[in-house]
Amino acid sequence: MLDLLAGLGAFTLSVLARLGLAARFSCSVLARVFGSLRRTGLLVREIHFAGVRSLAIILVSGLFVGMVLAVQGYEVLQRFGSADALGSLVALSLVRELGPVVAALLFAGRAGSAVTAEIGLMRATEQLAAMDMMAVDPISRVVAPRFLAAVVSLPLLAVIFSSAGVIGAYLVGVELIGIDAGAFWSQMRASVDFRLDVLNGLFKALVFGVAVGLISVFEGYHAAPTAEGVSSATTRTVVISSLSVLTLDFILTVLMFRGLN
Amino acid sequence: MNRSNTNVAVGLFVALGLLALVFMALKVGNLVSFDSADGYRLEARFDNIGGLRVRAPVKSAGVVVGRVETIHLDRETYEAVAQLRIRPEFRFSNDTIAAIQTSGLLGEQYLSLDAGGDSRYLGDGERIVKTQSAMVLEKLIGQFLYNKAAESSGDRK
Repeated sequence: MLDLLAGLGAFTLSVLARLGLAARFSCSVLARVFGSLRRTGLLVREIHFAGVRSLAIILVSGLFVGMVLAVQGYEVLQRFGSADALGSLVALSLVRELGPVVAALLFAGRAGSAVTAEIGLMRATEQLAAMDMMAVDPISRVVAPRFLAAVVSLPLLAVIFSSAGVIGAYLVGVELIGIDAGAFWSQMRASVDFRLDVLNGLFKALVFGVAVGLISVFEGYHAAPTAEGVSSATTRTVVISSLSVLTLDFILTVLMFRGLN
Repeated sequence: MNRSNTNVAVGLFVALGLLALVFMALKVGNLVSFDSADGYRLEARFDNIGGLRVRAPVKSAGVVVGRVETIHLDRETYEAVAQLRIRPEFRFSNDTIAAIQTSGLLGEQYLSLDAGGDSRYLGDGERIVKTQSAMVLEKLIGQFLYNKAAESSGDRK
């Protein structure tokens, strides 16, 4: 019985210690972000790695998500004789939810895990310690540009995802199924508000970018310096990022869209 | 990949992102079609607004001329007060009738403005006096049944 209580206590303390470590680490990264804005070369390289190389998966998934939405949405809408509303259905679900969320999940799997593995391996091979020895701050040299790249890339990727989805829905809905193109676009335009929907979706993606970026650099920086440690840190990045993206999405959605109508 | 190629790729990526945003603004969203910040305000009071909602379209002869900005209840008279934001290029005469109508049988409700013949136009913040409340289906059916009942009892006499 006492063992059980002691276990619970130790678990709680370790969780709290981890949270505290993450908070302190986040503060030190955020404090160095502005400094790393000036080192554009590093930043461009990281955006290239995180953003540009994620473009293919984002474009293809966006296109297919839009096409599936069009097929499924048409199936339901035509039962109520309102197949013309397909455009607004697809655009609203993409811009408000699916664009930011799915882009963030894909981004966590594609770029976040790679960042964790990279920094974790730097830790394991003592490159970070070597930098420290040379009076190069590893957080502003290695961590901050990677974090900033995630913050910059994810909103762009989310908008690209949504646009690809709308184009996919257009291809299936209008070209294949044969909904009237005018109705498709005008219904869409009548129901999607730029500030309320597009900019809120963009803000969501920005928040997800901050979350995924911080989680992936934190897990990498504090990975156990072994092969096993790096692999479990990579797994944790994907799991924790996905869960926090979905949780944050719920909170942001409630704050943004509840009580709208 | 050398430095300048990376720069070009990142530049293309950012340009693509901005292009997607412009696509969202112009083609998907309604940034250009109606900017809610400009235009002048009108006020209309109704006994019952039915299912009218904030951001519902205001139409005249079926053409969207503005949006419903706020709806609240007058605490003294218990009337629903709707603030409308009308695009500046459309002017409505003093005796315009505001009516709450439904697009289709079960579609969304919108506010319809029927222009009158008065030579004086409504200005910013002024009130549309002639209004027609929403038709509530239950009331309508109730009235119909009541009339029917009154009719048949009248026949019996």
